[in-house]
Amino acid sequence: MCLAYPYKIIEIKDEWTAIAEVQGVKTEIALHLLPEPVKEGDWVLVHVGFAIKKLNPEEAEETLRYWDEILKRTQPIME
Amino acid sequence: MKYSKELSQLWNNFKDPERVKNLVQTIKKEIEDYGKSVNIMEFCGGHTHVILRNGLDELLKGYINFLHGPGCPVCVTALERVDMAIELAKTPNTIFCTYGDLMRVPGSNKLSLLKLRAEGYNIKPVSSCMETLKLALENRDKNIIFFAIGFETTAPHTAVLIKQAYDLKIKNLWIISNHILALVVLDFLLQSKEKPSIDAFIGPGHVSTITGSKVYEPIVKKYGTPIVIAGFEPLDLLQAIYMIVKQIKENRCEVEIQYTRSVTQEGNIKAKEFLNEAFVIRETFPWRGLGEIPNSAYAISPKYEFLDGEKAFKVNLHPPKENPGCLCGEVIKGLKKPTDCKLFGKVCNPQNPIGPCMVSSEGACLAYFKYRKI
Repeated sequence: MCLAYPYKIIEIKDEWTAIAEVQGVKTEIALHLLPEPVKEGDWVLVHVGFAIKKLNPEEAEETLRYWDEILKRTQPIME
Repeated sequence: MKYSKELSQLWNNFKDPERVKNLVQTIKKEIEDYGKSVNIMEFCGGHTHVILRNGLDELLKGYINFLHGPGCPVCVTALERVDMAIELAKTPNTIFCTYGDLMRVPGSNKLSLLKLRAEGYNIKPVSSCMETLKLALENRDKNIIFFAIGFETTAPHTAVLIKQAYDLKIKNLWIISNHILALVVLDFLLQSKEKPSIDAFIGPGHVSTITGSKVYEPIVKKYGTPIVIAGFEPLDLLQAIYMIVKQIKENRCEVEIQYTRSVTQEGNIKAKEFLNEAFVIRETFPWRGLGEIPNSAYAISPKYEFLDGEKAFKVNLHPPKENPGCLCGEVIKGLKKPTDCKLFGKVCNPQNPIGPCMVSSEGACLAYFKYRKI
């Protein structure tokens, strides 16, 4: 019940509802808990029917880059 | 190295086997350098499943000893509350709704909501609590009861439901709050006398998305136990473990966030506003395996009392009867592994679960049953 997945918003229905999709599965989600506005094409973390966080590709990339640097230092074989 | 601009691609990189292999080697080197193995409790049942499913415990055997924590809401829902759900579901002219995981948990009399439904009672698992609002609007002549469970992650959703039902002046929807507080149980666990030896915690990723990371600081200070909040892919957990090992080696004791793509220091301010509006803290609440814990759960705020199912419906309950052979209570505290239980994999299995840890998709027993040879 603590599982949440990234979904892409494909349609804003009204102020509080959107249709989101992941791997071809479409679902209606509630937007009440998002502190910031979202639009079609945005990614959100969806947890039992509610978007709880707007996601930025930059944040995911930053984490990967940071760790890839560490791995490069500690595991010289890694390209 | 080039990175995709598409979030789903980036997210998949957190499952990348090459990165996993390399990070496992790096962690092992750090531990060898440190000189002894490290005991880490993952609070969240979702994390337990990621660890077991991906064999992280096997990959790090002898280096990291994983202790599985109480962060499985279905597992820690007290038996007396399960009994209450089963009795309430028998209320005439009622559609009883709850999250799916609770449906198969057996009560004291071995009945479950699923078995009751097979007997003809109107019981509906929901995947979003807002479905109950729709049901209430479409079935004005029926009582709709929503039995709400979960930590700070699902509580804001229920708070939205309460607020909406209030605004729409819904008269046939009642909510029973069983929402519990992760931070309070963490504190409780750390001060308990019979706790296992815990060097550090992997903090819950989605509870913390709501609460923020700052709220853990007093606990970390009080007990000197580091917490690193992690995401739910294999690489997320390994990164968190690496961060923990670094903290221990450098003699630091901090709250750190590995899951920066979802967790911030402040958390979700809007969700916290909803929580403050809809709920008050209960003086005490029963937890399965842990007993009564003061200030550990949410009750519906007096302002929304007319929606409170605990006030509207009274059921006669007998004292709860646990199966004496079931070790769920010990498993929840991290004192026993599922495989220590005599019932595990024999009389207790996913088709015929005896305790809640075998039912829930976040339960430790189910994880061992699915991913480990018996």
